[in-house]
Amino acid sequence: MRGFAELYLQQFKTTFASMVQYRASLIIWMISHVLEPVVYLIVWSAVAATEGGSVGNFTPHEFAAYFIVLMLVNHVTYTWIMYEFEYRVREGTFSAALLKPVHPIHSDIADNISSKLVTLPLMLLIALGLVPLFHPQLAPPLWAITAAIPALVLAFGVRFLLEWTLAQSAFWVTRVGAINQVYFVLVLFLSGQIAPLTLFPSPVQLLATILPFRWMIGFPVELLLGRLSPVQAVEGLGVQLVWLMIGFALFRIVWRAGIRVYSAVGA
Amino acid sequence: MASPAIHINNLQKTYVVSERESGIKAALQSLIRRRTTKVQAVDGISFDVTPGEIVGFLGPNGAGKTTTLKMLSGLLHPTAGDVSVLGFVPSKRDKAFLRQITLVMGQRNELYWDIPAVDSFELNRAIYRIPQPEYRRMLDELTELLELEPLLRKPVRNLSLGERMKCEIAAALLHKPNVVFLDEPTIGLDVTMQRRIRSFIAEYNRRFGATVLLTSHYMADVEALCKRVIVIHHGKLLFDGDLANLVQKFTAHKTIVVQLEDLNADLSHYGEVVSLEDGHYTVRVPKSDTAHITERLLADLPVVDLLVEDPPIEEVIERVFAQEAS
Repeated sequence: MRGFAELYLQQFKTTFASMVQYRASLIIWMISHVLEPVVYLIVWSAVAATEGGSVGNFTPHEFAAYFIVLMLVNHVTYTWIMYEFEYRVREGTFSAALLKPVHPIHSDIADNISSKLVTLPLMLLIALGLVPLFHPQLAPPLWAITAAIPALVLAFGVRFLLEWTLAQSAFWVTRVGAINQVYFVLVLFLSGQIAPLTLFPSPVQLLATILPFRWMIGFPVELLLGRLSPVQAVEGLGVQLVWLMIGFALFRIVWRAGIRVYSAVGA
Repeated sequence: MASPAIHINNLQKTYVVSERESGIKAALQSLIRRRTTKVQAVDGISFDVTPGEIVGFLGPNGAGKTTTLKMLSGLLHPTAGDVSVLGFVPSKRDKAFLRQITLVMGQRNELYWDIPAVDSFELNRAIYRIPQPEYRRMLDELTELLELEPLLRKPVRNLSLGERMKCEIAAALLHKPNVVFLDEPTIGLDVTMQRRIRSFIAEYNRRFGATVLLTSHYMADVEALCKRVIVIHHGKLLFDGDLANLVQKFTAHKTIVVQLEDLNADLSHYGEVVSLEDGHYTVRVPKSDTAHITERLLADLPVVDLLVEDPPIEEVIERVFAQEAS
């Protein structure tokens, strides 16, 4: 256990030192993370205004709250592993990781968390800056805020494991761009990113509840907006836990098969 | 006798590669049906390496050297045959195994580009769980042997190729591996740097008793470091033994370098004149006739100086490969 703590700490330092070297790209990357939800927010607020004040059960101020919270939740749970994995396999840098006596996922987890530690305070500042512009209406009960903490941790875990698993398709396919594209579209629509899931027709809502995407992003947002009952919150945490276990099992299975392929075709 | 550090028996590796003709038509066809061919990269190699030995692993490009090293370090599964390194089956990638080996590839970089090398070293310390005092001692030792002191605190991207290679090697050896695989460790480096890395490898082997298997295109590396060489070509073993014997086995010739005042002498009836520079005639003669021809040269001509040598090792190796190819 101490060995792992040490490993994570060192990876934090390494990531931090590398990140501060590229301030410009860091800022560009963060702007893209802010811009997308702000665009949806503006569009939906405009729609709500023309519809006589609200769409579904969202007023423009509630849309503002939804997308600002979504921006933060998405930032916390975001991973970039699917872009990186292909490069690693193609360029052979993966071989270096395979020679180490530690599973490569550890350095990815540590790398992700440490870069979030750097960027999250900035994102919180940006979120605060958006408040006077869009006047979000947000008053979650204390229990919901408390429940959102494990919900966020689980959402991160589920998203990380599933995306790491999917990223391994690079072992089988040389260009994973197409697979990534399909995945990102599914996430966009079924996680609550493009619009709150309650605005979708009920078959889509059902689909979103069965699939993992809502549990990676939408669920903590709904919780923080105070739109869930305590029972729904507990159920949601349970579903997240199940997805975490499924994600872990998939990750293990795919890893074993993937390594076999990788070491058959040549690293 | 101690059990071998490396044991391979009838090792084979076949790659399946897809191939297609050039052109749009072929590209479209390959969408429907992929044509694949099998490439036998390693074709039944066997050898043992005893602990503490330095072995040179030679062969032209595509001979199967890197494939073999990758199988030995667990990156590739063999298609057939047995591999054992320090008693482990490499492809199982046992943690205890990985902690005891290293693979350095000339083109591989495992150092983080944007931060000083010493920060990457620290990360490796954590990965290999090297106790702090041991790490300090090893780092000091490597710093001294490779003269890293001025390099450690510079971002890796600001280092020259040679400086980076020294840091890569240090990073790969911090955990004091017992078995070291070096794939072209001196590629692209200047002569001084090659020599420094060479003497470092010798010193590492001496100090820690590590087993070293080394591939290189530079014969100077092999001559300086390896008593024993293994030569492979087209995935097959051509020679395994003392470097000196390699020369014996594959050369039926010696070269005699004769220095004469006369710049226009005709020595062709003594043997094949390979080169002539400033009155230095290099003549290739059958090995068994060497003594006899030397005697005649000295008797017939006003010789200023005379030297009998084995042909350069590069030439020998070249000849070995050429013979195999034809």
